[in-house]
Amino acid sequence: MLTTSLDVESSAFEAASGWHLRPEGACNGDVCVPLPDGVRSSDGTRVQLDLLAERLGAPLVHDEERGLYAMGPATITGHALTSAEAPELELPDLDGNLFRLSSLHGRKVLLVAWASW
Amino acid sequence: MPGWQALRAELHDKGLEIVTIGLDAGGADAVRPWIEAANPDHPSLIDETHIVDELFGVTNVPNAVWIDERGMIVRPAEPANIEHSPLQDMEIPDGLPERIHDMLVEVKEIRDDSEAYRAAIVDWVENGADSPYALSPDAVVARSLPRGRDESEAAACFELGRHLHDAGDDDGAVTWWREAHRLDPNNWTYKRQAWSLASTAPGEPSDLMQGPTDLYEGNWLDDVKASGGGANYYPSFQP
Repeated sequence: MLTTSLDVESSAFEAASGWHLRPEGACNGDVCVPLPDGVRSSDGTRVQLDLLAERLGAPLVHDEERGLYAMGPATITGHALTSAEAPELELPDLDGNLFRLSSLHGRKVLLVAWASW
Repeated sequence: MPGWQALRAELHDKGLEIVTIGLDAGGADAVRPWIEAANPDHPSLIDETHIVDELFGVTNVPNAVWIDERGMIVRPAEPANIEHSPLQDMEIPDGLPERIHDMLVEVKEIRDDSEAYRAAIVDWVENGADSPYALSPDAVVARSLPRGRDESEAAACFELGRHLHDAGDDDGAVTWWREAHRLDPNNWTYKRQAWSLASTAPGEPSDLMQGPTDLYEGNWLDDVKASGGGANYYPSFQP
């Protein structure tokens, strides 16, 4: 995820990363990583991204010149997937309408990545 | 796309939906001609940031992920060719420029598991969890590609580059994309995207040759050779 500040809204982190913040910690499918004090604001609406990234083994890259941070995906399993539970995926179609992968619950889905290049 | 549409027509009544995702930093305008020509019945989405690399472990196209009725991944991202490419049977004509000749040599070497892969999809749709191709949750995670610090950092660098490209900061985009390529040379979507943008004139169709440029260390032909040649371009299909 991309941000200009390390103090980010919990919902923005969840939407960008596929992780969910729950009372037991940061969760991806059935995998939950406990979070020490100080990672979340007391009301739970904000997180300290550098501390959270460290817990998930997610590198944080800083473009100092432009004031941007980018967090890479978690590496705690050593594999691209943390869990076999499919993360939510929300992407637009040609007309800009957002489509949610979860709307296909109850069907088998083949997700096919292609490109023109 | 026509191959996927035919497969969907065959299997949609048996409970399969196909979702195609066009990876392109150029967004809807860049993929519009292809999608409009195919006019698919299935959801056809646009992924400007290559987010499926981060979320699902996609590293090249075509790649596919199988997801069951409960939303569980039963096969992680893997090469997903379902049609034999006629390029692989062609006789390479004499007199081609050397680079094109050499590219065709590598293309002919690319592994073709299309028949086995297509048959595996049909088997899964018909037999569900009993299909030998549907993997357990543990096997799915273990089979998803290795991701360490470098691969993850490459994703962050690609995201920075994509953002700067979108903002018109081409120097910034190239700087971060070069770093992404260095950190994860096995991710072809990060490389092919950048190479294609570097050698495609504005308003022209995407450059598929992706030859050497002043902007990037690598290019399609030299990187394919460095990774062991066309035969290694897509890992073999593992039932």
